[in-house]
Amino acid sequence: MAEISIAAPPASPTEAADHAALHRTLFIALAALLVVLPFIPVIGYPFFLMKVLCFALFACAFNLMLGYGGLLSFGHAAYFGFASYVSAYTAKHWGLTPEASILLGTASGAILGLAFGSLAIRRQGIYFAMITLALAQMVYFFSLQTPRFTGGEDGIQAVPRNALLGVLPLSNDTVTYYLVAAIFMAGILLIYRIIHSPFGQVLKAIRDNEARAVSLGYRVNQYKLAVFVLSASLAGLAGATKAVAVQLASLTDVHWSMSGEVVLMTLVGGMGTVFGPIVGAAVIISMQNFLAGLGAWVTIVQGVIFVICVLVFREGIVGVIGKWLKKPL
Amino acid sequence: MTFRMNRRSLMAGAAATAFSARSMAQAQQPINVKIGVLNDRSGLYADLTGEGSVIAARMAVEDFRAAANGINVQIVSADHQNKPDVGANIARQWYDNDAVDVITDVPTSSVGLAVNQITREKNRIHLNSGSATSDLTGAQCSPNTIHWTYDTYMLSQGTGGAMVKAGGDTWFFLTADYAFGHALERDTTAVVQRAGGRVLGGVRTPFPGTDFSSFLLQAQASRAKVIGLANAGGDTVNSIKQAAEFGITAGGQKLAGLLVFVVDVHALGLQTAQGLVLTETFYWDLNDNTRAWSRRFGAQRNGFMPTMVQAGVYSSTLHYLKAVAATKSKDPAQVMAWMKANGTDDPLFGQGTIRQDGRKIHPAYLFEVKKPSESKGPWDYYKLLATIPGEEAFRPLNAGVCPLVRA
Amino acid sequence: MFELLGIPPQALFGQLLLGLINGSFYAILSLGLAVIFGLLNIINFTHGAQYMMGAFIAWMLLNWAGVGYWPALLLAPIIAGISGVIIERTLLKRLYHLDHLYGLLLTFGLALIIQGLFRNQFGSSGLPYQIPAELRGGQNLGFMFLPNYRAWVVVASLVVCLATWFVIEKTRLGAYLRAATENPTLTQAFGINVPLLITLTYGFGVGLAAFAGVLAAPIYSVNPNMGADLIIVVFAVVVIGGMGSILGAIVTGFGLGLIEGLTKVFYPEASATVIFIIMAIVLLVKPAGLFGRAA
Repeated sequence: MAEISIAAPPASPTEAADHAALHRTLFIALAALLVVLPFIPVIGYPFFLMKVLCFALFACAFNLMLGYGGLLSFGHAAYFGFASYVSAYTAKHWGLTPEASILLGTASGAILGLAFGSLAIRRQGIYFAMITLALAQMVYFFSLQTPRFTGGEDGIQAVPRNALLGVLPLSNDTVTYYLVAAIFMAGILLIYRIIHSPFGQVLKAIRDNEARAVSLGYRVNQYKLAVFVLSASLAGLAGATKAVAVQLASLTDVHWSMSGEVVLMTLVGGMGTVFGPIVGAAVIISMQNFLAGLGAWVTIVQGVIFVICVLVFREGIVGVIGKWLKKPL
Repeated sequence: MTFRMNRRSLMAGAAATAFSARSMAQAQQPINVKIGVLNDRSGLYADLTGEGSVIAARMAVEDFRAAANGINVQIVSADHQNKPDVGANIARQWYDNDAVDVITDVPTSSVGLAVNQITREKNRIHLNSGSATSDLTGAQCSPNTIHWTYDTYMLSQGTGGAMVKAGGDTWFFLTADYAFGHALERDTTAVVQRAGGRVLGGVRTPFPGTDFSSFLLQAQASRAKVIGLANAGGDTVNSIKQAAEFGITAGGQKLAGLLVFVVDVHALGLQTAQGLVLTETFYWDLNDNTRAWSRRFGAQRNGFMPTMVQAGVYSSTLHYLKAVAATKSKDPAQVMAWMKANGTDDPLFGQGTIRQDGRKIHPAYLFEVKKPSESKGPWDYYKLLATIPGEEAFRPLNAGVCPLVRA
Repeated sequence: MFELLGIPPQALFGQLLLGLINGSFYAILSLGLAVIFGLLNIINFTHGAQYMMGAFIAWMLLNWAGVGYWPALLLAPIIAGISGVIIERTLLKRLYHLDHLYGLLLTFGLALIIQGLFRNQFGSSGLPYQIPAELRGGQNLGFMFLPNYRAWVVVASLVVCLATWFVIEKTRLGAYLRAATENPTLTQAFGINVPLLITLTYGFGVGLAAFAGVLAAPIYSVNPNMGADLIIVVFAVVVIGGMGSILGAIVTGFGLGLIEGLTKVFYPEASATVIFIIMAIVLLVKPAGLFGRAA
């Protein structure tokens, strides 16, 4: 996995402090942007924004594992989609409040991640990817076979947006948007914290040279499992939030092409960068949204972007910008 | 525009409400109507809906001479990829941002139900032609939706009932393993049993599938007289093709296609599809009117003949425009009331009515696919076996569970 | 007559035979993937699209040039193979020094483009392609009616698979190939044109996919999406057999066809998923696949 283009040069303590300051500024700018976005015409449509934020969080969760753990999962749709079913189901049929159903969804992602992760981390590289794919296919099969729970190909439609904490009504799209934005910010700040913790440092050491990490006495598998579960939980958080935000959980969310899409988002934005997956998700979702009128051409355009990214743009959008600035973003 | 109306209302006097101001304003200037054709433009159902449905909607606008009748029509279209999330997203965006007044076509039941839901929430109009699920006028019926062309009840009624009457009293189902397939199997089973037939068994096939030979052999081993294909699109095409290959049709068992479109028969070729019995509500070669219209359609569509779904888009758009012109309004409640109160009349489906639950009523036709020797030219595929009056073809008003009916 | 789990043995034979026929497609397709992976280290996600191209080329040859099934069986793989050579020369060769992931992503993108283009051109409800006159009809085997064409599919794929295996394992050319797989630099130093070998191998792998496409054209509908879902299954077959293992791909292809055939009888709903269950089990027990060597 050493040849994956990840822009992460080792930084001296002063440089690290410098980068941290830059990141803090960027996070504040991002938060400010999230506050004003709904007031901008065309892209300020709350529904569209919520979708972008949910997928951005999903891509960040995926990136935590691939970019910082060096683990390519080809089955991340399982955690995203299953959590979205759990959240939609509990909101619709048990009448749970949004925070409760989102928490339950996230927990289901975590449990699934623990189960699948403990199987998958025994293998490496392409075999790891294939096991995650196989396990995700089983989740898809389960979803297809239990229409009582998932609604089959209809999905769970018209998920109610119950009052937050039982008091704050979410009937207004803009109010819901700010809830989603808050969850999103909390999610990526948590990811940022994980990456820069001692735990994150060990992860990067494992990614760059697993044998050395073993020889230094780290229990590599426990670290891998931990990052797997964290990533699956955050993917679950994204899926669960999406179900409440767009009021729909469907088979699309658990299908293998969704696992492929999240790889695409991360690749386009920049693997192993803090802000890359957010940009990547925004680009891909906007493309699907604004090019919908082109019909079959959408898949062609998407394919061309894939090819161009792989051939000339491997660091992704944010990776390239980071290179110009000579700072990791 | 809202601003200008408000000023007019001020000038008209304090007593004028915003509503009457709007209708006044529209009496003087053309009404702008935006129609969204939402369907599959790249997948399995692109040929039977897709661009053809957009052409059909455009033809309705032309034939109605909308501009001369004081209506400015704009048609937009999008691809929902047969995914409810994509469809819901587009519908919401159309209603919220693009001022679309009516969404038409919407094949694939799961997407149809999603759009039905959103249309009701946003209070616009949904004229569904492409979906099969009878839930649209049953449990999930809506005052904002009309289900135009066909549904699972009518398909099973037509094909199921007729097959039993013709002696096919034992059945085996090949059912696509998803809600639509299950609904079709359930409805047809009821019809077959009511007519005195028996269902010997069935098999649920993964969706979408390519190889059906294994399931067909199971059907063959059941010795049922009729093999009911409760599937659609590519699944149906492949199962019919393979049934011919494995000598199942030659062995005396009959295939009943529960949802087969004329473009499917075109893809199969007569050699393979001959003898297949199916139900549709429209065929291009029914009478002079349908022939004339279909030739115009074909000229814009590389010679492809229209499917019943595309015909339904034409017919529903036409009726909608009539309603807008008559009520001089595009207020959904008014327009829907007019459409339900006044009978439909168009060259494709003839005269028909729209029921309280949103079901459009017109006759259904039982067809048999011709032998190659019987076909006189391209697209000459069907032989009419029977005409089923609208009242018999569709589910009786009181048999559905539509809450609107009780009211 | 005894019955096995409620299924009469004759019916079971029939189902096994059908499984074998489906296995033939898996075998040819996974063989192509394995050959490509073995030498290029690229997971060719375009394989499904290239299988679809094979079927479409056969259809175009027939309808636009009047060329029938038998010549198409040879011509379509050659034409598709040439397109593969172009893809390798212009795109893939830029990726050899990178991680597997990039090859997979690039070919995934190519598959989207090819499928989109065919969908735009030919629509998506499928085009008819008749079974050649020589192979119409079938044999009554007592327990089932076996169409001649299906029998031909099994024979043709067995021959192609075995011939490929023979060339790679038993001939001089195959020895070069294997040497280039082991150590391309050293092989090059011995005066063998390794880049050319790589290009031709990719072309050959694509040709195999197209060959399967032509075989499939008369029984499945010729449809732009015909390879899209198949590719994931064939992937699983290759992984189970052991990435890059020629024999593994062939044996696993036929074997999984059989297992899938049985699933269709006992638990039809799961028949599309059973392969993934097997894949997960195999990878956990035998990480390099059934026939693979540990990396």
